[in-house]
Amino acid sequence: MTMPLLEIDNLHVCFDTRAGTVQALRGVSLSVAPGETLGIVGESGSGKSVTAQAVMGLIDVPGRISGGEILWQGQPLAGVDVTRAARGIWGREITMIFQNPMTSLNPLMTIGAQIAEVVELHMGFDRRAARQRAAELLSAVGIAGAERRLGQYPHEFSGGMRQRVMIAMGIACEPKLLIADEPTTALDVTIQAQILELLAELQEKMGLAIVLITHDLGIVAGLCHRVAVMYAGQIVETGPVDAIFENPSHPYTQGLIRSTPGLDADEERLTAIDGAPPGLLRPPSGCAFLPRCPIGDEGCRAPQRLRAVGSGTVACRKAGEQAWREAV
Amino acid sequence: MAASDFTASLTPPIPATTSAPRSAISELLHDKAAAIGLAFILLIVFLALFAPLVAPYDPAAQSIMARLKPPVWMARGTWEHLLGTDNLGRDVLSRIIWGARATLTIGAVTCLLAATLGTVVGLWAGFIGGRTDSVLMRLVDIQVSFPGILLILLVVAVLGPGVWTLVAVLSVTNWMVYARLVRGIVSSTRQTPYVEAAEVIGCRPARVIFRHILPNIVSPLLTLAILEFTNIVLAEAAVSFLGFGVQPPATSWGLDVASGRDYLFIAWWLVTFPGLAIVVTVLSINLFANWLRVTTDPEEREKRFARAETAKRRRARRRVGA
Repeated sequence: MTMPLLEIDNLHVCFDTRAGTVQALRGVSLSVAPGETLGIVGESGSGKSVTAQAVMGLIDVPGRISGGEILWQGQPLAGVDVTRAARGIWGREITMIFQNPMTSLNPLMTIGAQIAEVVELHMGFDRRAARQRAAELLSAVGIAGAERRLGQYPHEFSGGMRQRVMIAMGIACEPKLLIADEPTTALDVTIQAQILELLAELQEKMGLAIVLITHDLGIVAGLCHRVAVMYAGQIVETGPVDAIFENPSHPYTQGLIRSTPGLDADEERLTAIDGAPPGLLRPPSGCAFLPRCPIGDEGCRAPQRLRAVGSGTVACRKAGEQAWREAV
Repeated sequence: MAASDFTASLTPPIPATTSAPRSAISELLHDKAAAIGLAFILLIVFLALFAPLVAPYDPAAQSIMARLKPPVWMARGTWEHLLGTDNLGRDVLSRIIWGARATLTIGAVTCLLAATLGTVVGLWAGFIGGRTDSVLMRLVDIQVSFPGILLILLVVAVLGPGVWTLVAVLSVTNWMVYARLVRGIVSSTRQTPYVEAAEVIGCRPARVIFRHILPNIVSPLLTLAILEFTNIVLAEAAVSFLGFGVQPPATSWGLDVASGRDYLFIAWWLVTFPGLAIVVTVLSINLFANWLRVTTDPEEREKRFARAETAKRRRARRRVGA
C-alpha cells in the first residue's frame, strides 16, 4: 500500500468560550491518498471546515488543537515546534480555496499580480517568468483572453470567474493536495457545474488530490471517489462514493440521502431529519445522533467507534439496518 | 411534529452563567493591570473628592521658614512634609491632592464636551453625506487651521480666567479630531450590508444611527478620548503657566509643574511629583480603558478569555514538568 498523502489521526479541536469549552472536533481520523478526491459532507457545525483549517494551520484563538496528529507524507504538520517546516508545505504542497471568492482577492491588486505573487514566493520565479506562468494558469482554468485579463482588477470579474482565479492561484505551484472548502456555495448552479468540471479535469491532468468540503450531496456524487460523513465533530461513516449512495449504513447518512429532494418526485414537502444536532459544549458520550435516530436504543449510549463494514467504515452498532421505513 | 418538542430539541442545556456584574468583576480581577488601573483611578477620584479631609495642610498656606524642604527620605527631609515643600513653603503633597480636583474636572469635562460635540457633528456629516458633509467638514478644517492657543488667549482675555472658561475654551479647540474620526467610521459603516439591511427593514435614521452605527464607534472613540485627556492636562498646564488658566491660590497639577520649572535644578520634587501624578493617572485610565474596550467587543472578549485559558494551561504544564 502506498503511503497516504495526508493522514489525520484522532484529531481533537476545541474552542475555549466563556460559556464553556466547545468540542468542535472529537477524534477525527482520515487519510487522503495521492490523486484521490475525498468528499467531506455534514451539516453546519459538524466540523468540516474546522478539519480543513486544522490541516492548513489556520486554527486561531479561541480555537486550539487539543489532541491528535496531522501527518503530511509521514511528517507531523501540527504543533508549535513544526510550524516553520510546515510553512514550506502550506501554500506550496497543500493549498486551499475558500467559499467566498468575493473577499478572498485583494481589490487593490490586479489579478495578474496576485497570481504572480504566489509563483514568485513559492517557486522563485522572476517577474517575467511569473507573469508568463500566471497567463498559462488563467488559460488552464478556462479564462479566455488571459493576457488582457491579467491587468484587470477583481471587481471586473464575475463570481465564477473569481473562483476560477482562486483555483488558478491554488494550483499555481502544482500542489499535491487542494482543499476546497465549499468552493461553489456562493455560485449559481450552472457556474457550479463548470467549476466542478474544471476541478475534475485539473485533477486528471495534474494527479492532484482534492479534499472537497461541502454540504451538497449532489456534488459529492459527481466528483468524489471517497466520502467521509461528519456529524457533531466526529466522522460517522466513510466509504467509496458508490457504496455510500447505494447502500448507506449509518442512519444519519441514510437520513441525509433520504432528505435530498429529487427532481421527479412529486412531494409536497421536503423530507427532513427531525431535531437538531447536539450542542458541542457538552457532547454526549455515546452516539451523538441518538436523539434523532429512529432505531436508536439504550445500547447506543455507549461510545461508538468506526469499524469496517463492507467496503467502508461506520460508527454505528446497528450499521446497515434500515433506519427509515421507506427504501432509501 | 409538535412545536414544543421541536424547540426543546433546538435548545441544548446551557450551563447556568453567573450574573453579568459579578462575572464582569471576576473578569476584571483576572486582568491584573486593568484592576490596578481602576484601583488607582478610584483612589485619585477619592482623594480629589475628599481633599479637605485627606490633605495634611491647606495647599495655599505659606511658610517662609520651611521653604524648599526635600521629601522625607532625603537628608534634610522631615515627616511634617512627606513630599517636601515649594519655594513659598507650601506642602507639595497637599497641593497634589487639591490639584487633582482642578485637573480631573477640567480633563474629564473637557473630554466629555469635546467628544460629544465632535461625535454629533461627525455622525451628522457622515450619515447625511453630500453637501452637509462638505460644509461641516470644511468648518472642521477652518477650526483646525486656526491656532488653538491664540483662540484660548483671546477668549480668556475677554471672559476672564477661571476653571469653567478653561473647560469651555478647551472643548471648542479640541472637538475637531473627534468629528473627523467619527465621520470617517460612520461613512464607511454606512455602506456595510448590516446597516443597509437595517434600513431595508424600515429602521428610522435615529435607530440606525444609535443602534447600528454608534456601537462601532465606541472603542476608537474611547481610545481617542484617553489620548486627548493627556493633551488637555498639558494644555491646561500651558495656559495656567501663561497665567490665563487656574488662578492661584487655587492649584492644578499642570500649574504646579509649570511653576516648579524655575526650581528644577535645586528642588526636583516640585516638578516630579505633580508630573508623576499626571503620568500615573493617564496610565491607569489607559490600562482600564483597554480592558473596557475589549470587554465591550463580544469577539475580542471571547478571544481574551481563550488566551487566558491557554496561558493557564501552559503554566500548569510547566509546573507538572518542573
